[in-house]
Amino acid sequence: MMKTRKIILHESQIMKIHYITAIAALFVVAVHILMRLIMPYSMSLQYENVVVNYHNIPYALLLESILVLIAIHGFNGLRVILLEFRQNEIWENGITIFTIAAMIAIIAYGTRTIIMANQLGL
Amino acid sequence: MKEIIKKIGMIKNGNRKDDNNRKEILRNNVVVKVFRANRSKGDFVSYDSFEVPVQRWTTVLEALLYAKSYLDSSIGIRYSCRMASCGSCGMKINGIPRLACYTKISELEGSTITCEPLANFPLIRDLVTDFSQFFNHHKKMQPYIHNENSVMTDSKKLIEFKQSVEEVDKYLQFSYCIKCGLCYSACPTVATDTKFPGPQALSQAYRYYADTRDNDTKERLNIVDEKHGIWRCHFAGSCSTVCPKGVDPALGIQLLRGHLMGFSKNEKKIAKLHNRSTS
Repeated sequence: MMKTRKIILHESQIMKIHYITAIAALFVVAVHILMRLIMPYSMSLQYENVVVNYHNIPYALLLESILVLIAIHGFNGLRVILLEFRQNEIWENGITIFTIAAMIAIIAYGTRTIIMANQLGL
Repeated sequence: MKEIIKKIGMIKNGNRKDDNNRKEILRNNVVVKVFRANRSKGDFVSYDSFEVPVQRWTTVLEALLYAKSYLDSSIGIRYSCRMASCGSCGMKINGIPRLACYTKISELEGSTITCEPLANFPLIRDLVTDFSQFFNHHKKMQPYIHNENSVMTDSKKLIEFKQSVEEVDKYLQFSYCIKCGLCYSACPTVATDTKFPGPQALSQAYRYYADTRDNDTKERLNIVDEKHGIWRCHFAGSCSTVCPKGVDPALGIQLLRGHLMGFSKNEKKIAKLHNRSTS
C-alpha cells in the first residue's frame, strides 16, 4: 500500500503567507520609521522616549506585528534557501522543524520583551 | 553558473540592440575545441582542438561532423535531424547552451569555438549527456490530455473538441518545445536542486493546464505545488533566452504561479465536445 502523507499547508499557501507578510511588513515598518519623525531623530531614540513608545498600547501592538510578520517572512525565506542545499527527506523535515522552532522562539522572546517593557506583566 | 548567466544576459542585450544588423564574421578556418571525457572509464577532462575549414553557412554541428569524419572518429556527439527539430544536438557552445545544428560559426566571435556538454546533465561521453532525469521530470507533469469524456478506444465513440483561436493561443507557443534541454541546462535552480522539475517540465505543466481540452485542473496544479516544485523558480529568465524555438518557459511558470496564487481565474472554460457523426 502506498504511504500517503498528510499535508498541513500546500507550498502555494505557504508562499501566499510569505508574500502577504512581506507586503504587510513593508507597511508596518514604514509606520515604525515614520514615528521617528514626530520629534528630532536623536531624541526619539532616548531611553525615556523608547519606553514611552512601549507603554503606548497601539504602538506596542505595531511592534508586535512587526516582530510576527518579519519572523514568519524571514524564517520561511531561510527555509526556502536551505531547501535547495540538499534533497533528502531528513534534511527537508529537519529544516522545516528548525525554522518553525526558531520562529516560535524569536516571537516568544520578542513578545516577552514587549510585555515587560509595556509593564503589563507588572 | 554565474558566468554563464552573465554571458546569456549579454547575448540577450546584444540581440536586442542590433538584431537587424547582426555581424557575420567570415573566416576560412576555425579551431574547434572539443570537451573529451568518458564517464564510465573515469577519464580526466581534456580538450582536443581540431582545425576545420568553414564557409559562411557552416554550422557548429557540421564542423564537428567534419572533425569526426576526417580528424578523429572517436568524438562522441548526439545528433539527428540537423534542422532544429529533434533537439538532440544541444551543447554548450562558447559557454552558452545552444543547438549545434542551429548555430552558424559565422555568428560566433573568436577564432576558437569551444564545445562542451550541457551543464546540469550527467555526462555520458564527450558531448553526450544523460537525459533520463530530464525526461522523468517531463513525464511527471503528465504531458497528455486528461478528459474522461473523450473515449479513445472505441472508434465509433470518437468525438472532437472545438477550440477557438484565442484558446489555442494560450498554450500554442509552449507546444513548440522540442525537449532539447537547453533551458534545463541554463537554469540556476536546477544546478543546485535536482528535484526541481526545471523550466521545460513546468512550462509543459502550464501548456496542458491552459489547454481547454484538459479538465483535470486540480491534479495538474497539485503536481507542481510542492516543496521542490514551481515555487523554487528564481525567475532568472535564462531559460527563455536560450530556447531555440522561441518558447518562453519563464512566462509559463509565472502564469501557472498566478493560477496557484488565485490571481488568475482558475475556472477554466472546457472545450465543447462535438460528436463526429452528428456534425
